[in-house]
Amino acid sequence: MAHAQTLTEADNTRFHLTEDHHPENGTLLGFWIYLMSDCLIFAVLFACYAVLGRNYAAGPSGADLFDLPIVAVNTALLLFSSITYGFAMLSAQAKKVTPTLVWLAITGLFGLGFLSLELYEFHHLIHEGAGPQRSAFLSSFFVLVGTHGLHVTFGIIWLVTLMVQVSQRGLGVEMKRRLMCLSMFWHFLDVIWIGVFSFVYLLGVLK
Amino acid sequence: MSPDLVKTIFGRLTWDAIPFHEPILLGTFAMVALGGITVLAALTYFKVWGYLWREWLTSVDHKKIGVMYIILAIIMLLRGFADALMMRAQQALAFGDAAGYLPPHHYDQVFTAHGVIMIFFVAMPLITGLMNLVVPLQIGARDVAFPFLNNFSFWMTVGGAVTVMLSLFVGEFARTGWLAYPPLSNLAYSPDVGVDYYIWSLQIAGVGTTLSGINLIVTIVKMRAPGMSLMKMPVFTWTSLCSNVLIVASFPILTAVLALLTADRYLHTNFFTNDFGGNPMMYVNLIWIWGHPEVYILVLPAFGVFSEVVSTFCSKRLFGYSSMVYATVVITILSYLVWLHHFFTMGSGASVNSFFGITTMIISIPTGAKIFNWLFTMYRGRIRFEVPMLWTVGFMVTFVIGGMTGVLLAVPPADFVLHNSLFLIAHFHNVIIGGVVFGMFAGIVYWFPKAFGFKLDPFWGKVSFWFWQIGFFFAFMPLYVLGLMGVTRRVSHFEDPSLQIWFVIAAFGAVLILIGIIAFILQMVVGFMKREQYADVTGDPWGGRTLEWSTSSPPPAYNFAFTPVIHEIDAWHDMKQRGYERPTNGFIPIHMPKNTGAGVVMAGISIVLGFAMIWHIWWLAVISFAALIVSAIVHTFNFKRDYYIPAEEVVRIEDARTEALRSLA
Amino acid sequence: MSAASHDAHDAHDHGHDHHDGGAAHGTLKDYVIGFVLAVILTAIPFWLVMADVLPTHQMTAVAVMGLAAIQVVVHMIYFLHMNPRSEGGWTMLALVFTLIVVVIALAGSLWVMHNLDTHMMAPMPHDMRQAP
Repeated sequence: MAHAQTLTEADNTRFHLTEDHHPENGTLLGFWIYLMSDCLIFAVLFACYAVLGRNYAAGPSGADLFDLPIVAVNTALLLFSSITYGFAMLSAQAKKVTPTLVWLAITGLFGLGFLSLELYEFHHLIHEGAGPQRSAFLSSFFVLVGTHGLHVTFGIIWLVTLMVQVSQRGLGVEMKRRLMCLSMFWHFLDVIWIGVFSFVYLLGVLK
Repeated sequence: MSPDLVKTIFGRLTWDAIPFHEPILLGTFAMVALGGITVLAALTYFKVWGYLWREWLTSVDHKKIGVMYIILAIIMLLRGFADALMMRAQQALAFGDAAGYLPPHHYDQVFTAHGVIMIFFVAMPLITGLMNLVVPLQIGARDVAFPFLNNFSFWMTVGGAVTVMLSLFVGEFARTGWLAYPPLSNLAYSPDVGVDYYIWSLQIAGVGTTLSGINLIVTIVKMRAPGMSLMKMPVFTWTSLCSNVLIVASFPILTAVLALLTADRYLHTNFFTNDFGGNPMMYVNLIWIWGHPEVYILVLPAFGVFSEVVSTFCSKRLFGYSSMVYATVVITILSYLVWLHHFFTMGSGASVNSFFGITTMIISIPTGAKIFNWLFTMYRGRIRFEVPMLWTVGFMVTFVIGGMTGVLLAVPPADFVLHNSLFLIAHFHNVIIGGVVFGMFAGIVYWFPKAFGFKLDPFWGKVSFWFWQIGFFFAFMPLYVLGLMGVTRRVSHFEDPSLQIWFVIAAFGAVLILIGIIAFILQMVVGFMKREQYADVTGDPWGGRTLEWSTSSPPPAYNFAFTPVIHEIDAWHDMKQRGYERPTNGFIPIHMPKNTGAGVVMAGISIVLGFAMIWHIWWLAVISFAALIVSAIVHTFNFKRDYYIPAEEVVRIEDARTEALRSLA
Repeated sequence: MSAASHDAHDAHDHGHDHHDGGAAHGTLKDYVIGFVLAVILTAIPFWLVMADVLPTHQMTAVAVMGLAAIQVVVHMIYFLHMNPRSEGGWTMLALVFTLIVVVIALAGSLWVMHNLDTHMMAPMPHDMRQAP
C-alpha cells in the first residue's frame, strides 16, 4: 500500500489496491471441475449398466463372455501407467526434461497396450455375435467400457502433444501446469476403471 | 453418377430435403434470406467486417461476449415466438371440419422447435449472457478465469442455434416434443433427420454451456476482489455461482443421455428400444435428472436479478441477505431430489411417488422465503417504479400463482388427472415467463446503461411490460381452464366446439405478448436514437449498490483501473457512504488476455461435423472431426495469449472520464 | 512443496502464475505407497472372484464393491493428491458435491426403475434368458 499523505487519501486507499493485482491461477481448479462433470457422464453410463445390465434378451451374460485374465492384464497395464505417470511428474518437478519425456513415453505405451487389449476383446465379442446390438446388457457394457477407452485414446493424443511441447519449451510453470492437468485426467481414468472392473467385470462374472 | 457414389458423397441428403412444396417454409426462407443478404450487404457497404471480427467476433472481453449472448437470445426469441404464434393460431382455428393451416406433420415440428429453442437458445443464452456481462464487474475482476474458453463457449452455443435453424430449410426438425422421449424418438418411429438435428444441435450447444459453467465457477471462486468473502458477494453473483454449479453437475447427464440415444439411432444399440431388453423409461428417468436442475439453472439467476433490482429501487439494503443465500444453496441441492415429479404417472408406485411429491413441496419453502425477503425489502422502502422494478413486481404476482399451481401438481393423485394436460403447460409457462423471462428483461433494462452508456426508453419499456403482463394472463389462464377440463397438450385439431372460445382468448393473449416483444425491441431502438438524452456519464444511473456501478458506463476493457477492495456487502454503497473519491493518478499498465479467432473456427467446424453426422455424410464427418482435434491441438501451441495495456493508454481513458465527470458537475 | 516451481518462470508467464493455489504435488513415497496398496486392493477382488473363495456370491459382490471403494480412496489420496486444503478446499467441496449427485443419480435410478419393474412388469425380466 502507498503511504498515506493526507487523511482522505488514506480513507480512499482503503477501497482500492494501488499496485498490480493478479488473482490466483484457476486452471487446475477448472480442470478438476471438468473432471467432476466427466464423472457424471460415467455415472449415467454406470446407472444404465446397473439398471439394464441384466437384460440379456435371451442372449449371453457376463458369465458367458468375460475373460477375467484379460481384464486382470488390462487392469495391471493401467495401474502401471498410473505410477509411470507419477514418475514423469516427479521428474518434471525436478526439471529434468529427458526423464520426463521417457516416463511419459512409457506411460503412453502402457496406454496403447491397454487400448489394444480392449479392442481385441471387443473384436472377439462382436465376432462371437455378442455385439452391442445383441441386448441391452451388451449395449450398456460396450458403451460404458468404450467411453472409458475413448477417454484413454484422447489421453494418449494429449500426452503426445505435451511431449512435443515439453521437448520444445522445457518445463516452465505453464508446461508443468499442463502436465498436472493430464496427470489428473490420467489418474481419474484409472479411478473410473476401478469401477469398471469391479462392477462390470467381476460382478458380471458372478451373476 | 452411380446412385452408390451419390449416396457416399451426400449421405441421405437429396433435393427432397429442401422444402419446395411447403409455402410457409419457402416464405420464411425467402424472408430470412432477404434479411440476411440485406444485413451482409449493409455490413460490407459500411466496411465494418474488420471491426466486427476484431472487436466482437474474436473478442475475449466478457462484456462483449455477454452482449453477444443476449443478442443471440433475442434473435432466437423471435423464431421461438413465431412458432408459438403459429401454434396458437392453429389451435384457435382447427375445430370440427376446419383442419387449420398446419398439417400434423408440420405442427409437431413447430411445438418441438418452440420448446427446444425457448429453453436452450433463448433462456440459456439470456442467463449466460447476463452472468457474463455482470459477474466479473460485480466481483471487481478484469475478465473471467478462462477468456478464450468463454469465446469458444459462446460460439458453440451459436453453433447449436445455427444447426436448429438449418433444420428449417434443409430437412426437418424432430416431431417428438422438446425432450424427444423414446421409443418415439428412436429409429423405429423417427427414421428421418429430425431427431438427429435435435441431438446434434443440443450436443454442440451443450459443450459451450458446460464449459461456460466451469469458467464462471472458477471466476467467482478465484477472482473476487480482495476483501470480498463469500458472504459479502452480491446476491446475483451468489445465484450465478449456484446456477453454474447446477450447469456443471447436470448438463453432463443430458450429454450422456443424448449420446445413448445417438448410439441407439446410429449403432442400433438397445438402451431405450422396446426390444432386446431396452427400457424407454430409463431415458425419461435420466433426462429429468438433468431436466429438473435445469429449471433452477434458469430461475436462480433471475432471482438474483430481482434481489439486485429490489434493493436498488427501494434504496435499501436487501432484507435477509444470508437467508437469501442459504435459500439459494438449499434450492441447489434439493433440485436433485425432485425429478420424478415429471413422470408420476409412469407407475413407480406409491412409495416412490410420495417421496418425490413431498420433496417437491419442500422445495417451495426456500422459494417462498425469497418472496418474503423481497416483500420485506420493499416494505417502507422508497420505491421508484422504474421499468426494472415494474418487471420485478409483475414477477412477484405472476410467479406466486405459478408456484401455487406447481404445488398442486406436486400432489401425485392430482398429477394423475393433470399430467400432460394444458394445465401443466399453463403452469410451466407461468413460472418460466413470470420468473425467467421477466427476470431477464428486468436485468437487461437494469444493466443496459452499464453495458452501453445510455438508458433504454422508459415509455416503450413500460408498454412492453404491460403488454407482456396482461398478454400473459390472457394467453395462459384459458389453458389452466382447458387443462382442468382434461384437454391434453400437443394436439393440433379438436372436435368439441365448446372449447374453441378458450383457444381464441389464448391466441388473443399471444398477440398482446407479440406487441410486448415489439415494444421491448422499440425501447432499444428509441433508446439508441435518444442516446444523448438518456446518456449516463456517472456510471451509476440508478443509485446502485454493487461494484459494477463504481466504474464508467460502458466500462473500459480492463473494467477497473485499480482493483477495488471490499469491506461491506453492498460495496459500492459503502464506498459512496464513506466519501470515496475516484483515483485520478498513479495508473499502471494492466495485464489483459488477447483476442483469438480459434473459437469461431472450432465452432464452425463443429457445425460441419454435426451436419455431416445428421445427413450420414461419413467422409465429411471423419474429416471435420479430425480437423476439430487438430485445430484444438494447434491452439494449444499458441502461448502468446496476453498483453499489457500500457499505462499511457489507461491514463488517456481515465482522464477522459475525469473530464466527463467534471463537466457533469 | 511448490517452492521449486516459484523460481521457474516462462517468458510469457508474466509472474501471475506464482499463485498455484496450493495445488498438491506428490512425492516418490506417495506414489509407491499408493501403487502397492492399489496392487493389493486389485489382486484381492480378482482372487475372490476367480478362486470363488467366499461361500455366497452375494458376499463376494459386497466384498468386491467394498474393496473398490477403498481403492478409489487410495487413488484419490496418493495419485490425485486430494486433501481438504488444496485450492482452498474447493476441490474437496466439488468432489463431495459430485459424489452426492452421483449417489442420488445411481441410487435414485435403481430405486425408481426397480419399483417400475415391480409394478408394471418388466418387459424383459432377467430370468427370460433361458427363453428361446
